[in-house]
Amino acid sequence: MLHYVLSRLLRAAVSIVMVVTFVFVVLRMSGDPATVIMGADAPPEAIDAFRKAWGLDQPLWIQYFAFFEAVFSGELGRSMRDGRDVVAVVLERVPSTLALTVPAFLINIAVGIPAGVYAALHRNSLIDRCVMVMAVTGFAVPSFILAMLLVLIFSVNLGWLPSAGQDSWLNAILPIATMGFGGAALLARFTRSAMLEVLGQSYIRTASAKGLPWSAVVWRHALQNAAIPTITIIGFMLGGLVAGAVVVESVFSWPGVGRLLVVSVANRDLAVVQAIVLMIAITMVGANMIVDVLYGLVDPRMHGQARPARRG
Amino acid sequence: MVETISSPPVAGTSLMARSTSRLGALNRMPVLITIAILWLVLMLAIAVSADLISPYRFTQMDLRNRLSLPVFMGGSWAHVLGTDELGRDVLSRLITSIRMSLLIAFGATIIGAVIGVTLGFVAAHFRGLVEQAVLALVDFSAAIPFLVLALAVLAFFGNSLVLFVCLLGFHAWERYARIARGLAISGKMHGYAAAVHQLGASPWRLYGRHILPNIASTLIVSMTLAFPEIILLESGLSFLGLGIQPPDTSLGNMVGFGREYLSSAPWIMLAPAFVITVTALCVSLLGDWLRDRLDPTLS
Repeated sequence: MLHYVLSRLLRAAVSIVMVVTFVFVVLRMSGDPATVIMGADAPPEAIDAFRKAWGLDQPLWIQYFAFFEAVFSGELGRSMRDGRDVVAVVLERVPSTLALTVPAFLINIAVGIPAGVYAALHRNSLIDRCVMVMAVTGFAVPSFILAMLLVLIFSVNLGWLPSAGQDSWLNAILPIATMGFGGAALLARFTRSAMLEVLGQSYIRTASAKGLPWSAVVWRHALQNAAIPTITIIGFMLGGLVAGAVVVESVFSWPGVGRLLVVSVANRDLAVVQAIVLMIAITMVGANMIVDVLYGLVDPRMHGQARPARRG
Repeated sequence: MVETISSPPVAGTSLMARSTSRLGALNRMPVLITIAILWLVLMLAIAVSADLISPYRFTQMDLRNRLSLPVFMGGSWAHVLGTDELGRDVLSRLITSIRMSLLIAFGATIIGAVIGVTLGFVAAHFRGLVEQAVLALVDFSAAIPFLVLALAVLAFFGNSLVLFVCLLGFHAWERYARIARGLAISGKMHGYAAAVHQLGASPWRLYGRHILPNIASTLIVSMTLAFPEIILLESGLSFLGLGIQPPDTSLGNMVGFGREYLSSAPWIMLAPAFVITVTALCVSLLGDWLRDRLDPTLS
């Protein structure tokens, strides 16, 4: 088990090194990092100080290590817009983003898993069909279209909810609903197929043949085994939530990290973009590592192996 | 590391038996799939004949008829789907956008498949360190939301149509790589690959002429599943104003500009939104159906 956790840690470390390398390479390929990060009209002494801090007068491989040092000591440059430290600029947006993503994530799980399990247990019933239709729709309707349809119905036509801004908790309802629906649909579809696969196994037949009540079969045997693949997909859903936040925050003018990213890309405020990409990447790698370790805990067969690939 | 090893389709199936089972499949095709195929054929026809069938040029303004209603809301037949804030015909813009979005999605899907399959074969051929490097790249791109990577690249390099298509081409390459590597490794263990190798065929011939055709059905299924994702990704980025730039137009781009007029002229945004959704839905229904029928890894 220790070996398993250590190998996961190692892989997470390799991924983080690759992310930092990616940002390093992209930054070098796009021109002189000092003017790119500080902006072309930055004062020359600021650019000189930056060159020195990042060791831009040194050979490339020393720069590479200096870049790592800068990243891990949190010195990622200053925002072009107001000259503030980008780490502070990004961190102050985090609570707003969490205010959307955490409730949306809870909705994903609280709706998606029970819906999927229920659909699998009542296969081909009316509710099963409804769940599947919702699940397929959830995939095909992109979040920005769903968001705008919700605005059209609840803000423009009914006038119940505000369509943009962050004035009260009412503003959070539509963005959370948008992100909650998409993820719940995906999770329901996945849970249903995981559950159906488990229900077709011979140990389920054995359990019910030996006279266990059906509820005990479901609770003790089916659910625990279906949990294993479901945990995997939850790890991937975190990535979807982050991407969803980028789009949904932009539609609803919600001042979170996602909107900051889009605005910074449009303004080419590269220090901010770089800080956000690194932060998201490190969060994702960490989350995936936790999922991997959880996976190892839930499924004793997996010790020393990787979790299976996502389907497709 | 991620493994997707499975047996390739049985090479010995006689052509006769295969073609009759294909025909049988066509007879048993569900209504929904027929509708999906019809819709996609319609979209393709629109994309191919865009210049012939659009009633106006997509940039042509009609300033006296700004924000005019579509026919089904009481507008005139001059602009069937209404006009936008500059009096441009929504139907003509929709037709041009369909062509642009499909072109990008086709281009990006093919780029992704070529990159992925090549790297997958390289990993399967050389094994060892090369394979580990490819697998580490696979892990890396599976770990970060592609939208975020794409935004980073667009921020650093600016935007152009060619860069945008190439960038989208990197979406899902890791899936093809994983599949191609797994199937190539298992394919190499089969007699036919060993025989071709012993006969002195070059690796190009072995992978291109013998292994690739054997794993093609699985790859085609993956491409069908990645295609709607690329449509959604392209429309998402264009919607955010970071994809296709005016005066070019794409479906997501139309939705993005229609957002400003959501309360006064929702038809500007509803028409492209409908096309995006239905197209993504049809391709993924078709992909799911093809996978159930063709993918040997499932049986």
